Amino acid sequence: MWWSWKRSHPNTGYWNITPYKEKIAQRAAEEIAAGQVINLGIGIPTLIPKYLPDDKPVFIHSENGILGMGPRCRPGTEDRNLIDAGGNYVSLMKEASFFDSALSFALVRGGRLDLAFLGTLEVSESGDLANWIIPGKFSPGIGGGMELAQKSRRLIVTSTHTDRNGRPKILRECTLPLTAKGCVDTIITELAVIDVTPEGLVLREIAEGVDLDEVIRKTEAPLVVPQQDLPRF
Amino acid sequence: MIDKRTSIEKALERVRDGDRVMVGGFGVPGTPFTLINGLLGKGTRGLTLIKNEANEDGMGLSRLIEAGRARKLICSHLGLNATVIGMMNRNEIDVEFYPQGILAEKIRAGGAGLMGILTDIGLDTILENEKQCIEIEGQRALVEPALRADVAFIHAFMADDFGNLVYQKSARNFNPLMATAADTVIAEVEAIVDTGDLDPEHVHTPGAFVDHVVVMEEITSEYGVLEHHAL
Repeated sequence: MWWSWKRSHPNTGYWNITPYKEKIAQRAAEEIAAGQVINLGIGIPTLIPKYLPDDKPVFIHSENGILGMGPRCRPGTEDRNLIDAGGNYVSLMKEASFFDSALSFALVRGGRLDLAFLGTLEVSESGDLANWIIPGKFSPGIGGGMELAQKSRRLIVTSTHTDRNGRPKILRECTLPLTAKGCVDTIITELAVIDVTPEGLVLREIAEGVDLDEVIRKTEAPLVVPQQDLPRF
Repeated sequence: MIDKRTSIEKALERVRDGDRVMVGGFGVPGTPFTLINGLLGKGTRGLTLIKNEANEDGMGLSRLIEAGRARKLICSHLGLNATVIGMMNRNEIDVEFYPQGILAEKIRAGGAGLMGILTDIGLDTILENEKQCIEIEGQRALVEPALRADVAFIHAFMADDFGNLVYQKSARNFNPLMATAADTVIAEVEAIVDTGDLDPEHVHTPGAFVDHVVVMEEITSEYGVLEHHAL
């Protein structure tokens, strides 16, 4: 679980370099189909629910043993025994259920989780994900990230296109230890929507007002660019 | 009638220096703060602690670790605890991380009298380096030995005198798993009812797994809503 980053690294500035995070979350929400069971990692993914239309019910899984989480509680309505995996006080949908930690991950590993959204440090051309450790600098543990990455039926990475130093996060090969190999299906950044395919990274959409050259320049891995005009988001 | 109600002092006599202690909870919900604080007061040391995380700085399990009572911590992550991360980085405590659901399954296996589990979680990552890898039905798998403890600290919402337990909402988490996986199981409970008053359909942990029931005298502020996590 990636709730850790902000608090254990308050000075990295990582969380201040995402002026486009709402845009990423809004675009990410469009990838969700009604009725899906989804899990939201910390950071940008937690912004996704507000972009889900009311007529599109989805069932949000929380690693600590909830399926069917509702929005965060309004002040004064918190229940001390009801938090999400990031420690936030949450409400429930009427379909909600509670279960223990083993069953919670049985749902994930057993193939009942349709879609997970995770942030990342690096992602590779072949869909490798690296988001849990920077040896010697950042090692808060594994949490549920490895199982979500490896076993979710579909994994979408929501992330800024580059790191805070402007370096590409989408690489030919990850340099950091992997969370899971070949697990990423789609990458959504403030610049582009990119699918991981057997033919490589295929550019599916470009953000409004962004040049194709900028996307290519800020992506270390080669991009397959379709001939036709790309949709904008 | 069997009555497992015990004073906290008497129950904690079962914990000795060097013990492996499993502690329920995920964040505040389900964390047995009363038992942890009791153990802190008792001065037991050299412990190996097993918990999802170490609570936040200055709370719950973190207090035991900060006081130097733990030799080792087996957990899933420490994201909300910079103090324990610092101690880990300075080698003041040995920390073993597992993927959260694998930690749960290792405990479940320990409680179920199994020797371990086989999993593909962690294959092709650095987790593979120090683990036994086998081939089963043509696929590679990592061997994860089962986990048991000398003592488990459980927090439940309600118990009867026999030790049947009921958890509440997201306070269930690791508690029912750990309640099966220790030689001595101590449950602190917010409320107690007479045996027979719990609906057997609604019992989460059967009393056979529970050795001692400590009825909490008060729900201290540690169990309450953390303002910094509220909107």
